[in-house]
Amino acid sequence: MYKYDEYDHSIVAARVEEFRDQVNRRLAGQITEDQFKPLRLMNGLYLQLHAYMLRVAVPYGTLDSRQMHMLAHIARKYDRGYGHFTTRQNLQYNWIKLEDAPDILAELATVEMHAIQTSGNCIRNISSDQFAGAAADELTDPRPWAELLRQWSTFHPEFSYLPRKFKICVIAAEEDRAAMRLHDIGIQIVEKDGQLGAAIYVGGGMGRTPMIAPLIKDFVPFDDFVSYLEACLRVYNRYGRRDNMYKARIKILIHELGADKYRAEVEEEFAAVKALGIDPPRAEFDRIAAYFAPPAYDAGASDALDRSDPDFAVWLDQNVSAHKQPGYAIVTISLKPVGGIPGDASADQIDLMADLAESFSFNELRVTHAQNIVLPHVAVRDLYNVWQQLRDAGLAEANLGLISDIIACPGLDYCSLANARSIPLAQKIATRFSDIGRQRELGELKLKISGCINACGHHHAGHIGILGVDRKGVENYQLSFGGSGAEDVSLGTITGPGFSEDGIVDAIEKATDLYLAQREDGERFLDTYRRLGMAPFKEAIYG
Amino acid sequence: MGDLLRYRDDETHEEPAVTLDAFLGQSNATAVRIESGEDARILLPYLDRLALVEVSFPKFRDGRGYSTGRILREAGYTGELRAQGDVLVDQIPLMRRCGFDSFAPEAPVDEAVLEASLARYEFHYQAAADPAVPVWKRRHG
Amino acid sequence: MKILTGNDLPTGDVTWWTGSGWSRHVEDAVDVGDQGEAIAHAEEGARRVNGPYVIDATATPEGPRPAHIKDRIRALGPTVRPDLTLKPADPNAGSWVI
Repeated sequence: MYKYDEYDHSIVAARVEEFRDQVNRRLAGQITEDQFKPLRLMNGLYLQLHAYMLRVAVPYGTLDSRQMHMLAHIARKYDRGYGHFTTRQNLQYNWIKLEDAPDILAELATVEMHAIQTSGNCIRNISSDQFAGAAADELTDPRPWAELLRQWSTFHPEFSYLPRKFKICVIAAEEDRAAMRLHDIGIQIVEKDGQLGAAIYVGGGMGRTPMIAPLIKDFVPFDDFVSYLEACLRVYNRYGRRDNMYKARIKILIHELGADKYRAEVEEEFAAVKALGIDPPRAEFDRIAAYFAPPAYDAGASDALDRSDPDFAVWLDQNVSAHKQPGYAIVTISLKPVGGIPGDASADQIDLMADLAESFSFNELRVTHAQNIVLPHVAVRDLYNVWQQLRDAGLAEANLGLISDIIACPGLDYCSLANARSIPLAQKIATRFSDIGRQRELGELKLKISGCINACGHHHAGHIGILGVDRKGVENYQLSFGGSGAEDVSLGTITGPGFSEDGIVDAIEKATDLYLAQREDGERFLDTYRRLGMAPFKEAIYG
Repeated sequence: MGDLLRYRDDETHEEPAVTLDAFLGQSNATAVRIESGEDARILLPYLDRLALVEVSFPKFRDGRGYSTGRILREAGYTGELRAQGDVLVDQIPLMRRCGFDSFAPEAPVDEAVLEASLARYEFHYQAAADPAVPVWKRRHG
Repeated sequence: MKILTGNDLPTGDVTWWTGSGWSRHVEDAVDVGDQGEAIAHAEEGARRVNGPYVIDATATPEGPRPAHIKDRIRALGPTVRPDLTLKPADPNAGSWVI
């Protein structure tokens, strides 16, 4: 993975000092909260329901064991012993003190970490495929492209006061494991005439008005990549709405202009920008890409496995994915223990995962947008050992992609934007369906819960989606079916009137019972729903 | 009103900046003010007779002026480029990178803080409208 | 009743106006009547609180109970981590929120 050079270090160190100065000025009353807020947001520091919350960047979801150990250390020293992995592959601490934030950033900088632009109306963490560099189906590793964009977007002077936040995702496979089409800019690295380049989708997003990003340009070669994105952002900065915070994302601009008009504006801007010579040379890409070379695999590693332990076998089938290198496998560690808090990990668990990465995954981990952790390069012969250690730490829930592998935002328990709690509902659903045999019978079922319309839980992209609302001061839940964040991207449809917390658990069970009764060969819940439509489900739930 | 902050060697331009509409209707104005929603490219045919372009930042969150500044510099404008309005000390370094060389903040700016802010970053990742050499160019010559 | 709440600037702790200062405990909050905005303005100006605002509450024997569930969660702590709330040893604390 990428390693900082003197320039990267210098920039992050300067940022640490800049923020320390800004905090000191705030504490001394030299700047108001209104003036300070965008500055602290650009350093990932929110004022949340209970305390300040710090969102640490995990660039394109990749980190090493040293960095993971630092995350555990910060949880212990400055927070309350745990962290929360997010749907943008970052990590959140919920109990931070403003007066500690500069020291935390200084400690993070010692391991090449930061909280730069994890909030604010600027370009956020570039996300990517959690199986990058390991999956057999990828055309190339997307992460060098993501790293190039990370540097391009960091402290970009023109794009620090955009109309709203801006989220970019880069993948390089036909299978979309990162919800690419639901980003402000989604990029798929593709090949044309023997060259690698970018297919650019602009205008996706969830939130109040979910939209799937249309294709704006089918192939941008490397030499034009940064210029083209510069043009995309400049058109947004100039013409994105600033009159209404709920209509300020680029998806609204594209919706109102139309994709063709937006594309034409970008082409015009691109013609001007291209002449400036802002594109880094191929040598810079190659320099970055060298950090993402495959690890030193044992070429003779065997695929032989002893499946005689039934619990190990269940976990193997569910949480272990095929690796492009013979003798290796991709392990997904579920942070969704039944009855637990989705995406949370204690400092001890974080340390354990760091140790496992160091011993068994060439030092590398990934964070997934589904709030799980990946060990990307585990030798098959080590899988049993890894599983045993995970099991002993409560990290071996074998539910990847099953109904209890719930994506849930922190909700009203933590978030001042929320209208309803999401975590207790996730716990109730997981508990109702806790039997692993039952879960496997149901098969792939992506259930996603958001505690408010901002959709941080990605409920629009859930096979089953849940939105928490406030109905006259009482928590209420809307149910939707048919969303998907994968390459078969679609937005969910609401079933009808909302439910109480217990009511929606029952409704979900009725829906899954209908699915089991009606499914045809090989159909997932999502497929049966798409085939049957809403009517029979509505009947089952409300009838 | 804060003091005018200026990073140019030439004399401060005395002529008041006229609105864009007025400028387009007059043949002799040399200073124009452009609002945050107005299109900077309208000025492109007139750049060589302009000595001052004042760009409005009505609220510091309105970042359109940053694009306006860069567009004018990219088109070859060499006159004074002034950021006026809700200009805060923490935004001035970004505005400098977008080509602004004078600042008319509504509220006074702490000059000690400003000096420290301007000197803070030795390196920048991306090319912009200032002379800074982007890091990728330093890496590869 | 109306009570005044905010956050402690350096620590981020949730605080409640007691009539003479700021407490971490909602039980100490007093009815500010229609003086909330004025007190908030003065306290924020003096930097004794960050971002204060007035909320509705009902008077109960245990002290003010915020009218909205969000404010009750804010007063006590996350319902899913009783150990992290202001009353980790109280098994009934959760039902006060809900």
